[in-house]
Amino acid sequence: MKFLENIVHKMEPKFAKGSKLEKWHPVFESFSTLAFTPNIVTKKGSHIRDGVDLKRTMMTVIIALIPCLLFGIYNAGHWEMVAETGNRDLVFWADQGAKIMAGLAIVLPLIVVSYGVGLTVEFIFGIIKGHSLHEGFLVSGMLIPLVMPADVPLWMVAVATVFAVVIGKEIFGGTGMNIVNVALTARAFLFFAYPTSMSGDKVWMAGQEANVDGFTGSTALGDLASFMSDKPVFENLDAYTNSYSFYDSMIGMIPGSIGETSVIAILIGAAILLVTGVGSFRIMASFFLGGYLMGLGLNAVGGNAFLDLPAHFHLAIGGFAFGAVFMATDPVTAAQTANGKIIYGLFGGIIAVLIRVLNPAYPEGVMLAILFMNIMAPIIDHYVVQGNIKRRLKRLKTA
Amino acid sequence: MSKTVKLRKGLDIRLVGVANKVKTDSKVPSHVSVKPTDFHGTTPKMMVKEGDLVKAGDIIFYNKYNDKIKFATPVNGKVEEIVRGAKRKILEVKISCDSDQTLPTKGKVDYASMSREDLMSEIQNAGLWPFVKQRPLDIIASPDNSPKAIFISAFDSSPLAPDFDYVLHGKNEEFQTGLDVLQKLTDGKVNLGLNGKTLSDSTFSEAKGVVINKFIGKHPAGNVGTQIHHIDPVNKGEFVWTLNAADVAIIGRYFLKGSYDVKRTIALTGSEVKDPHYVDVIPGACVSNLLEGQLLSENVRVISGNVLTGDKIEKDGTLGFYHNQITVIPEGNQLKFVLTKGWMGPGFDKFSNSRLFPTFLSKTKQFKLDTNTNGEERAFVVTGELEKVFPFDILPMHLAKAAITDDIDGMENLGIYEVAPEDFALCEYVCTSKIDIQDKIRTGLDLIASECM
Repeated sequence: MKFLENIVHKMEPKFAKGSKLEKWHPVFESFSTLAFTPNIVTKKGSHIRDGVDLKRTMMTVIIALIPCLLFGIYNAGHWEMVAETGNRDLVFWADQGAKIMAGLAIVLPLIVVSYGVGLTVEFIFGIIKGHSLHEGFLVSGMLIPLVMPADVPLWMVAVATVFAVVIGKEIFGGTGMNIVNVALTARAFLFFAYPTSMSGDKVWMAGQEANVDGFTGSTALGDLASFMSDKPVFENLDAYTNSYSFYDSMIGMIPGSIGETSVIAILIGAAILLVTGVGSFRIMASFFLGGYLMGLGLNAVGGNAFLDLPAHFHLAIGGFAFGAVFMATDPVTAAQTANGKIIYGLFGGIIAVLIRVLNPAYPEGVMLAILFMNIMAPIIDHYVVQGNIKRRLKRLKTA
Repeated sequence: MSKTVKLRKGLDIRLVGVANKVKTDSKVPSHVSVKPTDFHGTTPKMMVKEGDLVKAGDIIFYNKYNDKIKFATPVNGKVEEIVRGAKRKILEVKISCDSDQTLPTKGKVDYASMSREDLMSEIQNAGLWPFVKQRPLDIIASPDNSPKAIFISAFDSSPLAPDFDYVLHGKNEEFQTGLDVLQKLTDGKVNLGLNGKTLSDSTFSEAKGVVINKFIGKHPAGNVGTQIHHIDPVNKGEFVWTLNAADVAIIGRYFLKGSYDVKRTIALTGSEVKDPHYVDVIPGACVSNLLEGQLLSENVRVISGNVLTGDKIEKDGTLGFYHNQITVIPEGNQLKFVLTKGWMGPGFDKFSNSRLFPTFLSKTKQFKLDTNTNGEERAFVVTGELEKVFPFDILPMHLAKAAITDDIDGMENLGIYEVAPEDFALCEYVCTSKIDIQDKIRTGLDLIASECM
């Protein structure tokens, strides 16, 4: 690697302060630090530092997302084939080659657009502010395609990414400073700006245009939500579970956003995050618990098929698991104190299921629940911190 | 009254280069330096000029803002140079050593019959007062306050730290005398914190007139700040004095012999030292003859103190006043290719508190770490990691943020009075965002000192 190292050393003076390309130093720095951990040594305080840095932490999250990505590619390919043939009973594990190719054709452009547009914006801000690329977007850039419906137009992804990076993050000061989750900001932007492209029956499978009449490409969750309206898709809960069993939802053989469908793939990712300690167990566990408890609560109320849906279904369908594992655990936007994380996760799960079931306008409540809890996280932390302060003040009185 | 405290939080950084229990004496150094920069918050007022002859124990400068705090020369010799830095700030007083180092001795000092005031001025005039530090602020104690307690840690848990059980073995009398003197300085208790994991030397375990507490856990269990927090925490308006165990013995030695004999046993440690061992040295002594023939490579960093809180010195630099060890580790000023030794590499040579490197599976492997930061500075992103190594009922990240933003109220509420920068050393080590937390805390403490004390 001496060869690359020499290039870096040779290029360095060209971007140094006072030289012609000074303005582009952030770009140079970004690439050189990508290839080499820089030769910065400690100056103050501790002379040795932990081996971990933000790049490795973020890379671990991306690795944890790979199972979801791979399954998402296959699943997108499968449902495109379903939509094109109009046959909902198509065998899932057949025609793998064609499905993978079809899936790649859907997902790869999304990833390219998300990273391309997002990194461009990040570099522009980096050059203006004079800092190298901060690693936060490496994860956001992967999350954005995974929370999009398969049929979303690429230009929308580009617009949403720009919006999310600029309004969601950079105006607050960049990585580590944002209030709400960047990837969810992108999704929420599209959800409210272009609702027809983000919800309903037409967007979850690519290739529906060429379709026979009468075919609906709705998601499991959309079908469930219809129980709350006058015209349910299924007659009763049994009919629903015949169509989408719990097993299907666990494996992920249902239509939905690209990365969210397979609970198994998400759990593999969760295992990676938990073993490495990157993801917060407190948030994940309490988020699932909150959703489950709310599900049980709704069962107790009862009344129609959606309210009666067994609570564990809630955890497996829609974006619940994906949100709990990859979105709610974002350390920047989640609560930061240990106890705060539990409260944050618990309410996140509760509100996700609450919105999902009781608000017919938004069949998916996870995104809104997490965004809402992102906003609430500082308040939760505030009270936890106050608790700590009071506890230590009390010490003075008793002493 | 004695307590045993178990600490779950903390981190033992396992480095290569623990000192073997072999002790050598060092030659008389060419020169010693007394560095006012070792004493945070001290503005020196010189008592000597360049060229003056001094005897060990002579006061060479005192604190301009509190003339009771006096500093003595540890050797007989000549004031060679008063080194000044920017704005003529005095950086060090260089004293060349005479070949004759017989210490002036005035015989046993009878402390038992002295009043507290007399005892205080005896200690101050002897130049021993700088050994007494205080919380809050982690500076030399102000002699005008009366502390609610005195805390002494009988073990050092930091990486490669010297083993006090070995260093102070057989110095029971000196140590006990030191304790007796200290007991007269406070109405409160003198607390001695022992390592609960091992059997302590009789110097500590048989100490009388003190409260003995035991601490079981990883570093920073041996930090006096941790011990104070779990035994008798400092609240606003209260003062606690702290001393290093080795320095207690030095104070005791003065009262037994009547001479300013500050020679101490330090550990020469670190992966770049050929033969890590213990050596008797005068604080402030030039380290060049200690390191002679001991360095394994050229590109090294010599640290006076331990790797977490010590000061960087040159190869011919001098030992710090409070330091009980010298550590030599490799400099990390090389680029590290991403896939081999860099951020995406397998990382078999990296030690981390996170589980992002396979080395977390081994509980015994020792590491050879260098001074590379292993990444660039970022905003705080990862949460919960500082808390894992901070065994206080204090929120370290929130306190650090309050210090960074000069939020005085916030710092007071979040516990700035209880902490010293060294308590945050591990936080700084584990920080993914590579923030110099100790420096931020010190800045915060300085602000508190100027605004609230």
